[in-house]
Amino acid sequence: MLALPPDYSLVAMEVVRELIRRKAKGLRLLGVPILGLSADLLIGAGCVAEVETSAVSLGEAGLAPRFTEAAEKGEIKVKDATCPAIHSALQATEKGVPYMPLRGLEGSDLLTNRSDWKSQADLVLIPALQPDIALFHARWADDAGNVWVGRRRELATVAHASRRSLVTFEERKPGDMLEDELLAPGVISSVYLSGLAPAPRGAWPLGVAGLYGIDDTHVSQYAKAAKTREGFRAYLDEWVLTPRKSFSPA
Amino acid sequence: MGPYAKEELLACVIARQLGGARHAAIGASSPIPATAAFLHQHKDAAFRVSLQQRREANPLTEGSRELFDLAGQGRVDVFFLGGAQIDGDASINLVQAEGRRFPGSFGSAFMYPIVPRVFLFREEHSARVLVKKVDFVSARGHPAALVTGKALFSWQRDRRRFRLESVHPGSSAEEVRANTGFDYDVSPSLGVTPEPTQEETELLRTKVAKQIEKDYPDFARRVWG
Repeated sequence: MLALPPDYSLVAMEVVRELIRRKAKGLRLLGVPILGLSADLLIGAGCVAEVETSAVSLGEAGLAPRFTEAAEKGEIKVKDATCPAIHSALQATEKGVPYMPLRGLEGSDLLTNRSDWKSQADLVLIPALQPDIALFHARWADDAGNVWVGRRRELATVAHASRRSLVTFEERKPGDMLEDELLAPGVISSVYLSGLAPAPRGAWPLGVAGLYGIDDTHVSQYAKAAKTREGFRAYLDEWVLTPRKSFSPA
Repeated sequence: MGPYAKEELLACVIARQLGGARHAAIGASSPIPATAAFLHQHKDAAFRVSLQQRREANPLTEGSRELFDLAGQGRVDVFFLGGAQIDGDASINLVQAEGRRFPGSFGSAFMYPIVPRVFLFREEHSARVLVKKVDFVSARGHPAALVTGKALFSWQRDRRRFRLESVHPGSSAEEVRANTGFDYDVSPSLGVTPEPTQEETELLRTKVAKQIEKDYPDFARRVWG
């Protein structure tokens, strides 16, 4: 199981593109807690067997077209969840306990569909979930093997809960960020990280706060193109399969 | 319709419902509720608005996990939910209907029963959206109100039934009835939704537009140019 963050939270898009180039197959995605462009690309390219998520959407650009078609045609299995349940399942793993109780959810058909979620009085017990791999992007990595994700500290929970965490980063920072009192709160310690790789502009067309924003024009162009299989193939040919020097927009 | 955009009217309808609220959290893809919340904030400076997906200066430093923890503790008292389908029992469906797949339930299953004032909002008012019974219940609860592109409904908690309170300018009670798939009561004082005041439209087009354009650029361009 491959855990991915939402489009607004440091997605390692360059790795997503590389997975497509390498023709990955049978991936099980976990949306923490929702998914967007990354999942739609992987699904459209035929890399995905199953998605567990609270939603897949391109936000303001609308529906995620490849997810929608694959789900409607039964080409992928979708395990519907709700955001706080996914957070709770990861927090259970983080703490090494078998489940976490969650309030709410009464009356939802999600409860009926998820036989793994157990109602107990007015609580629901959400079993711990341990992704095989967490994949995300970071602003910096340092010489000590730590990464800095700033205010996107929910990524720490995913890293804590996953067997392995693979992180791409924008720039290398000399030294050890944990020695810097101001940087340390935004750091995920190397103890949780299994692999780091440089990827400047590696989140594009999604963003890295303070460095570059989401390329809204590109995402809405994708949303239009990917409405048909042919349009999606053409998008892959132009933006994923053709080697490029840089993903910086002209 | 008067000299205002439909989106501006709907934001005013929602904003007028927010009296006494302390803290609205705004989830994904909700430009009109966000506009309404910022408009209300100009009347009540103590009213807090948290955009969950705010791109810069996001107040949530632990992402959406923190949002749900805030709500679980009662620190959020206003939330907005939509639905591919909304039924007469106030259940919402964000998952699937008649072979069509929608994005998914997001945090609705948790937020609806937990947050004290949940507003149901859907601009499209049609029998396709407002159905007798949803095909899938993403979430169920007691809404504070239902706002659509044609009307405002209140919720009668004891009877679990909507009541039509006002019809927006340009529509009619008959048109609302014909385009609503569920049965509902009608307020004895049914009226026309008041249009945006000059003060409201001025605020919307200046200060609120500035607050919205960062996170909903397409929406801001469409409504305010």
